[in-house]
Amino acid sequence: MSEITKRIYLDHSATTPVDERALAAMLPFFTQTYGNATSIHSFGQEAKVALENARRKIAAVIGATPGEIIFTAGGTESNNWAIKGAALHYGDQKKHIITATTEHHAVLHTCRFLEKQGFNISFARVDEHGAVDPERISAMLRDDTFLISIMHANNEVGTINPIVEIAQIAHDKGILFHTDAVQSYGKIPIDVGVAPIDLLSISAHKIYGPKGIGALYMRQGTKIAKFLHGGRHERDRRAGTENIAAAVGFGAATEISHDKTFEGNDLRHLRDLLQAKILAGISGVRVNGHPENRLPNLLNLSIEGVESDSLLLSLDLKGIAVSNGSACTSGTIEPSHVLQAMGVRKDLAKSALRFSFGRQNCLAEVDACVEALIEIVTRLRKFKKRRDSA
Amino acid sequence: MNKETVVVAMSGGVDSSVAAALLQEQGYNVIGVTMSLWDYDRVGGNLNMDSGCCSLDTLDDARCVSSNLGIPYYVVNFREEFEAAVSDNFIFEYLDGRTPNPCVRCNTYIKWGVLLKKAEELGADKIATGHYARVGFDESQGRFVLRRGIDNRKDQSYALWGIRQQGLAQTLFPAGEYTKPEIRDIARKIGLKTAEKQESQEICFIPDNDYSRYLKKQRPDLQALADGEIIDQQNNVIGRHKGFPFYTIGQRKGLGLSVPDPVYVTEIDAGANRVKVGFQKDLEHCGLIADNVNWVSFSPPTRPMQVQAKIRYNSPPEPALLTVQDDNAVKITFDRPQRAVTSGQSVVFYQDDLVVGGAVIQKALKAA
Repeated sequence: MSEITKRIYLDHSATTPVDERALAAMLPFFTQTYGNATSIHSFGQEAKVALENARRKIAAVIGATPGEIIFTAGGTESNNWAIKGAALHYGDQKKHIITATTEHHAVLHTCRFLEKQGFNISFARVDEHGAVDPERISAMLRDDTFLISIMHANNEVGTINPIVEIAQIAHDKGILFHTDAVQSYGKIPIDVGVAPIDLLSISAHKIYGPKGIGALYMRQGTKIAKFLHGGRHERDRRAGTENIAAAVGFGAATEISHDKTFEGNDLRHLRDLLQAKILAGISGVRVNGHPENRLPNLLNLSIEGVESDSLLLSLDLKGIAVSNGSACTSGTIEPSHVLQAMGVRKDLAKSALRFSFGRQNCLAEVDACVEALIEIVTRLRKFKKRRDSA
Repeated sequence: MNKETVVVAMSGGVDSSVAAALLQEQGYNVIGVTMSLWDYDRVGGNLNMDSGCCSLDTLDDARCVSSNLGIPYYVVNFREEFEAAVSDNFIFEYLDGRTPNPCVRCNTYIKWGVLLKKAEELGADKIATGHYARVGFDESQGRFVLRRGIDNRKDQSYALWGIRQQGLAQTLFPAGEYTKPEIRDIARKIGLKTAEKQESQEICFIPDNDYSRYLKKQRPDLQALADGEIIDQQNNVIGRHKGFPFYTIGQRKGLGLSVPDPVYVTEIDAGANRVKVGFQKDLEHCGLIADNVNWVSFSPPTRPMQVQAKIRYNSPPEPALLTVQDDNAVKITFDRPQRAVTSGQSVVFYQDDLVVGGAVIQKALKAA
């Protein structure tokens, strides 16, 4: 219905297109090298080699050994496994988990589930930028705390948590530390050699890899219960025939996203430009998240006097795809639990938009986005004024 | 051609699906929207997660139809607004001894309120639904008029009496020009997957059609006013009721009375926590008083007006005399007594196929 011929995608925190090189690397594994990696014959061995190559690539970029990387079906499975697996392992003696109010639902809802099973969960509050204070975590420790799970970077506002300090706190007390690094992986450095992280969740489709594959980093010696039972895949830690093509794609995407420097610098430039132009062109805009210490490709802001869904849908009608942070299965927009946890005023939480850049975005798209946004906000505010005075 | 943009409220059913297709054929820019109005966790009574108006299945149907038509489609969340304007009111009305009409309120306040506002925000000029009704413009009055749908059996104008002039000016009812079989034919012809879908249930947020169960879930404190007296027309106590909100005027079954002749609920007195019963003749009403009038196709008449009054969704319009009262109220006097006039329900007055207006019944007037 719109005249726009080329759509603009500014929702890379939701997902990314598969990189052509990653796709090319994957393709032979559907029709040619299709063996089962656990088979003894040559078909199986070819698959196994490809799988282990992919594993090595992922281990290398976070300073892990290949044996510490276990492929999963995605970030959600990794988070579920880390938390439920720890709970199953420690549940007989210890009952307490510390996490934060701004975690992804894959962590929050997993913890809520465990709460119903008799575990005690402490949800650490965050500051106005959405960051977790390590001292607050220290204050929450109990004798029966067995797990601290704090995300690396927040998916809605991009704020980066001090996970090295928090991991250290956990380590000093002999408590497991898990971090959901789905949003930060490939965008900012992670080094499990520096931070005593025990469990770390990552996903391929946020870094131009395929959907349906992720990984859990599990520090050697870490004891958590198995999540999927069956065959002795993944060193008998995660049953199920390995998704070779997807793993190869994940490995290739990892290599590309960590090639040379992090691409964050280019994206940061586009993001900062978008932020500056919106702040200059529209009044009553508040940037959500930490001003500096946030993901380089992400901008979350609230625009006074307009509702996010009207903004988001109006932008979509013009062919510009953004997000308001999180959406439920039906596709309805709910007020963000992250912004609420940060203490953002309810009306501002309901007028939030998230822009997230990717490697295919360009300067012209920033301008087109700003232009469209100004037009839409002007229209929406005019309606509001008319209604308020009526 | 000046292409107007119209937001179509899509339920996933055949009527609104065809409405979207018809409008597209007529050259409009069409945007499909499904309103999320409630969820099963809150309303309970889920028979099957795959059915019901706000289930994911429904959304998938609407999304699929939109995709086939190549139109944008969105789900909008009006749950807070729906609760405030419709489902809370539904509870209050029952607690007041009345029988509410949630579809009327949903049309008035949600579709021609919140949705219309949202449509404007999306840059749309109009909204459309799959209702069997028609909108026109009467030059002589300078007024938008609402007519019954072409298909008399499917006509849904009864639930639309609350739409104001400004709303009618921005409304399209493409299905109102067709009969239901014609709509199904169109759906089949253009290959809509919803062509053979069943009609939806009566009250969307009560999927099991058990409003007593719904009231108890929403208001657990209702247990407190569990029972009270059932009295006859002479005010003799003849039994106990299980909570007056669980009874409706004209109800015969489930009264738990052992009386030789059939008796019916004739009055619900919330204040006294009493349910009055009587015989068929005691249910006959010669007229009613209704308020919250909305004048749809005419400005308020200055003299008594001969109309056909429809007192519930399933009753035919009956000849009656309408007299305007003070305080935005009307008095309706039927030519022939009517059975079980129920306060809280809507009365809609017609002149042939024109909706003159509508109001909420406050009081039934007993036949002399």
